Parts: sequence; C-alpha cells; structure tokens
Amino acid sequence: MSTHTLSEAASRAIVAAAGVPVSAYTTVTDADAAVAAAADIGYPMVAKLCGDAIAHKSERGLVRLGIGSDDELRRSVDELLALARPEDGEVDVLVSTMVAGKRELIAGLVRDPQFGMAVMLGVGGILAEAIADVAFRLVPITRIDALELLDDLDSQSLLGEFRGEPAVDRGAVAATLVALSDLAESDPNVVSVDLNPLIIADGRPIAVDALVETTQGAPS
Amino acid sequence: MARDLSPLFNPKGVVVAGASSHPGKFGFVSIHNILRCGYEGPVVGLAREAGELLGIPVLASPDDLEPDTYDLVFVCTPPTLNEDLITRCAAKGIKAVFMGAGGYGEAGPDGLVAQERLVALCDELDLILVGPNGQGVVSPPASLCAQIVAPYPPQGHIGIASQSGNFVSSFENYASQTGVGVSRAVSAGNAAQLDVVDYLEWFAEDPETKVGLAYVEGIVDGRHFFDRISEVAKRLPVVILKGGATANGQRAAASHTGALASDDAIFDGMARQAGLVRAHSVHEAFETAATLASQPLPTGDRVAVVTTVGGWGVVAADALYRSSMDLAPLPDDLRAALDEKLPPRWSRNNPIDLAGGETRETIPEVLELVAAHDEVDAVLFLGFGVQSNQADLMRSGEFYPDHGLERIVDFHERQDARYAEAAVEISQRHDKPVLVCSEMAVTCPDLSGPAAVRASGRLLYPSADRAVAALDLARRLTRFRQART
Repeated sequence: MSTHTLSEAASRAIVAAAGVPVSAYTTVTDADAAVAAAADIGYPMVAKLCGDAIAHKSERGLVRLGIGSDDELRRSVDELLALARPEDGEVDVLVSTMVAGKRELIAGLVRDPQFGMAVMLGVGGILAEAIADVAFRLVPITRIDALELLDDLDSQSLLGEFRGEPAVDRGAVAATLVALSDLAESDPNVVSVDLNPLIIADGRPIAVDALVETTQGAPS
Repeated sequence: MARDLSPLFNPKGVVVAGASSHPGKFGFVSIHNILRCGYEGPVVGLAREAGELLGIPVLASPDDLEPDTYDLVFVCTPPTLNEDLITRCAAKGIKAVFMGAGGYGEAGPDGLVAQERLVALCDELDLILVGPNGQGVVSPPASLCAQIVAPYPPQGHIGIASQSGNFVSSFENYASQTGVGVSRAVSAGNAAQLDVVDYLEWFAEDPETKVGLAYVEGIVDGRHFFDRISEVAKRLPVVILKGGATANGQRAAASHTGALASDDAIFDGMARQAGLVRAHSVHEAFETAATLASQPLPTGDRVAVVTTVGGWGVVAADALYRSSMDLAPLPDDLRAALDEKLPPRWSRNNPIDLAGGETRETIPEVLELVAAHDEVDAVLFLGFGVQSNQADLMRSGEFYPDHGLERIVDFHERQDARYAEAAVEISQRHDKPVLVCSEMAVTCPDLSGPAAVRASGRLLYPSADRAVAALDLARRLTRFRQART
C-alpha cells in the first residue's frame, strides 16, 4: 500500500477540522499577500516553505522563526520561495503566528501492524526521541482513556506549573487526543499523523506543525 | 459468550493415550501425576497392548472405552495416530482433547498442516482442543493434575493460562511456596484452537476463579485480542506478563512459538486501555495475582505503614513515594488513639513506628485502629516474624527448654500466629487490604510466623517494596474501574 504525506497546510486543515487546536495560519504565494495576512495573524510570526513533496522543512532550512516586522516578513517570504527546487512541485509559503511556550509535547496517530490505529502522546522537543517518554492507546479512545494516557507519561512534573507558566490543562490535551482518535475513525485513509510540536501555551496545547500521511491520492 | 470448558477442568473421567510402563515417558508421568495427586474420577490408559499400569486398566483400543464415562483424553501419541484416535474417542463421548504431543505447528510446515487438520477435526466433532505441544492441565477443585511436569499447587482462586508451559510451572511452584492457591492452570501450547483469552473468558464465568494470571508472547490478531480481553477484564481482574518486550526478547519469542511479538509501548497502552494489570517479572505477576485473589481491593491511595521498628518503615515510605499511592497523612484522632496504646517514643506519624514498644495485645490493637480509620485505604504491616525468629534460635540451642525458654518460645510462636490471624480478620472486617511483609517468607518459611500467614491463604510479602508493587498494581485496577463507573 503506497502512502504519501500531505503539505503542512493540507495537514493542518485536516487536523483542525477534526478539532485539534492549531496556531493561526494561512498560505500565501508572494510577499504582499504575507504582509496583508500579518494584519490578522499578528507578529511575531513564522514562515515556512510548504508543498506536498516537502516533509522535512527544518533539515533544508525552509523555516523562518521570530519574524517581527513587515520588512522581515517580505524578506523571509522571498528567500523561501527562492529556495524551492523543481522537484518540490507546486509550493507556497505558510505564515503563522509564533506561539510562545516553554513546554513541547508530541502527539499523533500511528498504524500498528498488530493493533491497528493508535493515538500517541509524548514529551516533545529536540530530546523527544532520546527521552522516549511516550504512551499509546488504541483508536477509538474515550476522554477517560485520554486522561489516563496523559497520566502515563513519566514527566508529570512537566505538566504542573512550570517556570511561570500555568499547569497544563489536562482536559484540553485530552480533547486534542480524542480529536486525533476521531480523525482516525472518520478517515480510514489516514496512516499516521504527527503533531510535532504541540506547544503548551498558557497551559493549553496548540499544534504549530502537522504532518498527515494518507493512502488517498497517493502516486501509484 | 465463553466456550464451556468444564469437560477440561472438571472432567468426569480421564483417558491417557500412549500409556507407557517406562517411568521416564510422558505416557507414564501423566498417569502417575493424575493418580498421585488424588483425582477421584475413573482413569484409563490406552496403549498398543491391553494390561494394567499403576493399578488402572490399560485398553488396546478406544473402541473398548466405556461410553460417556470420560470427558478428557490426554494424548501422548505421535501425530500420525491422533486423528483416528480422536475420532474414536469422540464416539465414546469424549469432549476435550489435551494434546501433549509435539510435532505439530512448532515443527515446521508439515507439522502445521497436521495441526490444521487436527483443528478441523476437533471443530467438526465439537471437541475442545488444548495445545498441541502443551504441558498439561491442572484443576485442584477437581483434584486433577494432568501434567507431564510436577508442580501441583494448593487449591485457591488464581486461574492461570499461559502461552508457555514453563510459566505455568513457575506460578504453580510459587503457589505451593506461598500457600496462595490456584483454581485452574493450563498451558495453551501452540494454541491451535483455544488461545489464552479463551481460557480467561471461561475463568471469568468460573466460580472458583477470582483472578486470571496470563503469560503471552506473540499475539496473532491484536485488535481481536484487545476487544475480547477488555470484556474479560470488566468481570475478572487479569494480571498479564508479556514476553518479548525487548528486541532481543522478540527474536527469542519468534523462535519459540512462531508468533511475532509486537511493539512494547503499544502493547503497554493496549493493556492499560483494556484494564489489564501488567506485571513486569514472574514474581511480580504472581504476587499481584495473589494480592487480587486474597485481599480486598484498595479503593483509595492512602496507605498506612505499621512497623515494629524504624528502618523497614522508611524503606516502605520510599517505595510508596515511587508508586501511584501515597503515605496517608496520619489523622489527628488516630494519632490520639494510638497515643493511648503506645509508649511516648513511638513515631507519632506515618510510618507508625511502634519503636519496639509493643506488649501482648499491641499489634492487633494498632492494626485494628489503623484499618478502621476512614482516612486509611490500605495497611502495610512490617517487621512481622521477629518473635518466631527468636523462638527458633532458642528452641534449637543447648539452653532449651530450661531457663524458662520453653514457655517464652511457646509465647513468641503463638504471638506471631495471632498477628497473622489478626491481619486477615481485621482486613476482612474493614474490607481493606492489610499486607504483611517479612523476608522470612523466603529466608525461613517454615518458622511459625511465616507458616501462619501461609495457612491463612494470604501472601507473606518478602519485602515492603514487593508489597507496595503488588498493591500499586491492584490500585491501578480499581482506579481504572472507578473512572468508568
């Protein structure tokens, strides 16, 4: 079965429609449109080159963080568009608000060969894989399952009040996990989802990146 | 709806096919073990030549079996003979087949074909098929020990179903050691027709079984497993031990049963979601099952620690800190009540350190006050056995029985027995777990203190850490259930 990954914009649209909170964003094809969007989204902002064939933006330097002004935004958008390669196909630039939060979780869906679709929650950030503090539940999950999944993480102290930030709103994280489960149930083409990172801002989770892998429309 | 496994666990009679007069052969050992352990129903052997073995008749053909007299046939003959054997046994009213013989699915492609034919035949004849390549079935309520290995556990309430026969033996040996007994035990072998969950489903309906204890390695259809075992877990606490949790383990498991082990983190999430109690070692699995089988379940997180002297209590508090439970804050009224019973040097806090100040009635009285309190959900009692330990040293020495030693030895031994009995009685009356701990469970199990706990049908926990580990897993189960009511 062949699968393919969707662009960040398409991925965000899918998870947001399922009920996952995502940072305010839009896609633009030039700097003027980006500046116009900034009036709604507000600075500081993030800009990323976006396309179905671009899965690993950071590795290619296709992300601009902490954009604080119209000038900076114009420059960033122009630079990113100039970095597009022919094999990237159709591309645009995703501009979004830059969410402030000291804590990052990772959440997602994975299709296990034994148990089928499963919801994952873990501690995110650059050490996520090394720490491997993750836990799973099988789709579908209830709100109770989701709260228990959150309880499974070893790093519970990270979920309390943290360096001036309020405690994590466990109900809001649970709702996000249930939304992922609902997505897996309603769309059997979804093979995997990454919400990485899921930043905790003012105690609430908000996805600032999304990657959906699907069997639908995959090149055969 | 569970398949009715009564013909397997409560057979009205047992046939052993492949009966042998050689005491090293399975066809001898199985008959020996059935008779040795006191099975009261009719037992008959089948062999090439008719005769007698260990006082039971051996027949030359299944056609000679008395009809409707035997429910179970224990098969030790090779695959080429077995389809004919089973067909003719079924004609005589046999309802269950324990296929002890190997040479099936575990033996390569030809064996797998033979196994598939065996399953098809048993399904057609509506026969229960256990195995092939299993080790036996044990059912103490029926005085049945139909095994090719020895351990025959005391009767109790733990129902064991295992993908590996070795673990059945391990759990049975733990049951014999601790006195916390077994209701049923079976090794699924290749699980050609019935798998571990089939047995658990029947255990959930079996009045003799209060807790399931399962060992699994590879799971063929994970989603189906999850759906079924979730239903079982609503009605029966199930302790599960999974082999193949690491990459190395997975390779070992694949070569062992031919089934693939799945990723451990997903398995762990699945187990929690199903309401299973997952243990991570053989002794933890048994001790947790023993706790669920013999103690009231903890309904809250607040644990009181009663200890005869300090150090044990400190370590128990550490273990509780690492667990999902808490050291209960000592309520003021309980502190005041304990002040009345104890010398001023007692800890006046939890852990409740009696500081060696106990007199004849102190320990039962303190356990009663603590367990009775509304703000205590579970009690650990540490330092048990000190008196029988001293009694043993006195009794075995040159000064005994003079110098008043006979009398004090007798007193010490009676005291430990009283504490063991009080722990059970108080626990039952207040419907709260009271766990008694002492390394003497392992180091000197035959002394009167440990023996008294064993006789009570409860576990003497070999350390506070292990008591906390078992209690914590039991609490995870009740927390799971409370969240869903």
